[in-house]
Amino acid sequence: MSPINAVMRRELRSYFVTPVAYVFLVIFLVLAGTLTFYAGDFYEREQADLQPFFVMHPWLYLILVPAITMRMWAEESKGGTLELLLTLPLTLWQAMLGKFLAAWLFIGLALLLTFPIWITVNYLGAPDNGVIAAGYLGSWLMAGTFIAIGACLSALTRSQVVAFILTALVCVLLILVGQPQVLDFFQGALPRKLVRAIAHMSMLQHFEAISRGVLDVRDLLYFLISMIGWLIAGVLLLDLKRTR
Amino acid sequence: MIETDQLTRCYGNLTAVDALSIRVEPGQVLGLLGPNGAGKSTAMRMIAGFLIPTSGTARVCGYDVSREPLKAKRALGYLPEGAPSYGEMTVREFLQFIVRMRGLKADAAYRRFDEVVHRLQLEEVLGLGIDTLSKGLRRRVGLAQAILHDPPVLMLDEPTDGLDPNQKHAVRQLIDTMARERTILISTHLLEEVHALCNRVVIIAHGKLLADATPAELEQRSRYHGAVSFSAPGAGMSQEMLGRLPQVASIEVDPLDGRITVFPKTGERILEPVETLLREQGLEVSEIQLERGRLDEVFRQITTQDADAGRNVSSETAE
Repeated sequence: MSPINAVMRRELRSYFVTPVAYVFLVIFLVLAGTLTFYAGDFYEREQADLQPFFVMHPWLYLILVPAITMRMWAEESKGGTLELLLTLPLTLWQAMLGKFLAAWLFIGLALLLTFPIWITVNYLGAPDNGVIAAGYLGSWLMAGTFIAIGACLSALTRSQVVAFILTALVCVLLILVGQPQVLDFFQGALPRKLVRAIAHMSMLQHFEAISRGVLDVRDLLYFLISMIGWLIAGVLLLDLKRTR
Repeated sequence: MIETDQLTRCYGNLTAVDALSIRVEPGQVLGLLGPNGAGKSTAMRMIAGFLIPTSGTARVCGYDVSREPLKAKRALGYLPEGAPSYGEMTVREFLQFIVRMRGLKADAAYRRFDEVVHRLQLEEVLGLGIDTLSKGLRRRVGLAQAILHDPPVLMLDEPTDGLDPNQKHAVRQLIDTMARERTILISTHLLEEVHALCNRVVIIAHGKLLADATPAELEQRSRYHGAVSFSAPGAGMSQEMLGRLPQVASIEVDPLDGRITVFPKTGERILEPVETLLREQGLEVSEIQLERGRLDEVFRQITTQDADAGRNVSSETAE
């Protein structure tokens, strides 16, 4: 078995041995459900789609993903197991990918477990299931980007709390940066092209495009490149730690 | 084989390891000795490929740890300081994780797994969480991890730290049986361990190599080497007689138990003349001993010299 696979399995197992996995799943499912019905006006809209469900995801991830990723490297640094892991025959890349994939698969599982809401909407009406599938894909890609950010920032520090706060901060910036209020703030100060470039950095914009069912290559690329970029940064940080 | 060439590591202004060049051959058990903070662990971390050297190189089985890290790491079994392991895993899960990481083939892995578990007496704790184990057991789990792939080169950072005397004995036996065709580097600050295990000793302090010798050679540097000590009631008057022997340099009496130690002049053997003299005096000697030398004294003497004096010592041994 390849080292990536071995690291991934170990990580996944540790989620379920420590209560992290169950706490996450319960909170995610309860919040995703209640927010959809109460804050998202699922019934009052009288539309057979899952927009009110997906709209909540960035905000759920904002709190819950850093909680999963904060321990990823910080805990290994602090507990000394980083030395054990990195003196086993694997590359930094393999270690990083194994950990990233474990978290990403785990969020995938959490998303799959929201299936009752999909059943509900199909029972109540006749939604476009293609759009719903695109929504799930967009949500999963966005989660992957959050995880990659968390993985990188967890490599930065030995403190899980610091990793959590930094990750949440970067994620909230990436969510908010495309909001009209933020763009208005920049409108006067920066040239128009730059403002538009900033708007394109917004995670929300790309996520909403995908979850409306429009699968544009540019939106998919945005998430893929973000993930790869943050993971590369994380690997570089880990390497830098070995020279300092 | 482990080779380091001018291996250096700085943390800011502090030079933790300073141009360390050592070479350990198969069949050798090299004890890396030094006071706390001497740079033992830092040196080992560089050889294991965890830390990147500021300058210089390290090779394991001929593979440069910076250029061919995977090959070097495959050849090496390493027990990091404090024997870290994943606390939330059971011993079995943890060792199986190592088996997978090492890419061991299925049947060979099972056989080797059983053998290592048996050797380190871990059968009864296989199903227990590592967090719940005692310090000694955790150390043994760490050792099992290091030898699971039967590596040609073994590097153990304080392997017997935290073990009780019986466990220490068991671990030393294990290292002894593994020693024959392997290259073993252990760090320790237990001098008894050097006697029990090592056929070569390197002493470092402030990151610099101060001595490289066999334990016996180090003992010869002790002023106690070749001295004769004995306990005899009423030996006070014979002290003067002993002092008159031509081979004797000085005499010391332990103020606590009255034990007398007679030091020889350089190159002289004094056991026989002292014995003869005592017999002639008709003294009842309850016990008499020829001292081999005291490692702790040599260790202190070497590591408390200033760095310049230290360099002289190391150039002496290099000759």
